[in-house]
Amino acid sequence: MIDLRGVHKSFGPNQVLRGVDLHVPKGQSMVIIGGSGTGKSVLLKCVLGLVTPDAGTITVDGTDVTRSDRDAFLARFGMLFQGAALFDSLPVWQNVAFRLLRGSLKRPKGQARAIAIDKLQRVGLGPEVADRFPAELSGGMQKRVGLARAIATDPEIIFFDEPTTGLDPIMAGVINDLIREIVVDMGATTMTITHDMTSVRSIADQVAMLHGGQIRWVGAKDAVFDSADPYVTQFVNGLADGPIETLR
Amino acid sequence: MIGFLASVGATTLALLAGLGRLMIFAASSLAAIVRPPFYGREVALALLNVGYLTLPVVGLTAVFTGAALALQIYAGGARFNAEAVVPQIVAIGMVRELGPVLVGLMIAARVTSSVAAEVATMKVTEQIDALVTLSTDPLRYLVAPRVLAGLVSGPVLVAVADALGIFGGFLVGTQALDFNPTTYLRNTVDFLTLPDVTSSLVKGVAFGGIATLMGCYFGLNAGRGAQGVGAATKSSVVAAAVLILAANFALTAVFFTA
Ligand SMILES: Nc1ncnc2c1ncn2[C@@H]1O[C@H](COP(=O)(O)OP(=O)(O)OP(=O)(O)O)[C@@H](O)[C@H]1O
Ligand SMILES: [Mg+2]
Repeated sequence: MIDLRGVHKSFGPNQVLRGVDLHVPKGQSMVIIGGSGTGKSVLLKCVLGLVTPDAGTITVDGTDVTRSDRDAFLARFGMLFQGAALFDSLPVWQNVAFRLLRGSLKRPKGQARAIAIDKLQRVGLGPEVADRFPAELSGGMQKRVGLARAIATDPEIIFFDEPTTGLDPIMAGVINDLIREIVVDMGATTMTITHDMTSVRSIADQVAMLHGGQIRWVGAKDAVFDSADPYVTQFVNGLADGPIETLR
Repeated sequence: MIGFLASVGATTLALLAGLGRLMIFAASSLAAIVRPPFYGREVALALLNVGYLTLPVVGLTAVFTGAALALQIYAGGARFNAEAVVPQIVAIGMVRELGPVLVGLMIAARVTSSVAAEVATMKVTEQIDALVTLSTDPLRYLVAPRVLAGLVSGPVLVAVADALGIFGGFLVGTQALDFNPTTYLRNTVDFLTLPDVTSSLVKGVAFGGIATLMGCYFGLNAGRGAQGVGAATKSSVVAAAVLILAANFALTAVFFTA
């Protein structure tokens, strides 16, 4: 479904992606792991066209993302940003229902609000937060509102950038279950970035590790925990010693 | 020597490229105003912020400037027994130059800075990226409503500034300088011509457009972090003020050189 071939991206002298090849099959949950600053968020933004790659091709269902009709293309996607990226001029429910209040998916206000409150419920937030403003919420609550916004229109493809960072372990469990449910019950294709191995265990079908600007390793979830690759082993076990350099 | 020439060349090229980008941005923003989708709520909010909430500061500056102008003209005119021209010169000075320029600089200070800071903050917190992924064009949703509000509010603010500036002169003239109120007003009205007023309002449209465009442009092109927001805000106000004064000169030249 999503195919990346030889994707390169540099910011000035900083070569972030140096030929990323990745295939995400339809209806599967792909989890991307990798060190901080290796370009995981940039990778997702390349697929969405928010960052233009310097080289390489990205296709969704065989169509090049740069050639598709932008509106129709983006309507298939949901995205949770690493920093939640809520609109602070709008109350929470209007953030969640943003797409339902304007454009091609527009519907009556009451209905949009009902959907927003339902999605908030699914991420563990009660109706009382609906009328608050994003700045009045804690970081973890903002993240969950961002998650509710990403799934509000039940898109086919959803990207989650660190969905569980900043959440307590119980809430992280709830979110992991929700993401799994979205893949299994709704048949969505997802790419999730996470540093949380519990998340990897509960939501992944496949895992890819980004290192040195390339996909270092990709395989099924179970294989990641007893991989022979020293990079993967060091990463999933959180070891200070190994081939991945740590500056100290 | 070669190095010096190269750096002059590079600076010139960068300047021209920047100007080109600005022109393209202005053209696409103006196009976005007339092409759907339209965001009514955003336009209303922008009108409130750009127009209505700017009224007090514009009004106050205009009254004081008109009053000071009357005092100066009286003092200057007294040197060759021309004290009587106060109403006429205050009217011309306010309507042709000071009203539009004051409004231009006030909205550069108040509106351009707030628009730039708001849009730049949205940019650095990924809210602009989020807008795009939610199938909403930032040019239509953020830029067009603000620029439209600038184009509409500009002439209204200038009209208010003109009127209040004349009123400031009138207050000083009648309370401190012994002018007869009726004569003062009649002289003002008789002396002003239609081109005076039209040029004033046209300048208002231009300055309102420039102020909001600069805020949006520098906001959308902000660098990363809080520093990016600060730099964008500063550059936008400087660019808006300079462009407004340059445009004022150009428009004055067009309207008043026969
Ligand atoms: N807009 C940008 N301009 C310049 N550099 C950027 C930009 N976006 C990202 N980078 C750089 O690209 C690199 C990768 O950033 P990215 O946000 O993708 O990291 P990440 O893998 O998501 O890390 P983390 O796990 O900490 O979120 C970083 O070195 C970052 O400084
Ligand atoms: Mg990231």
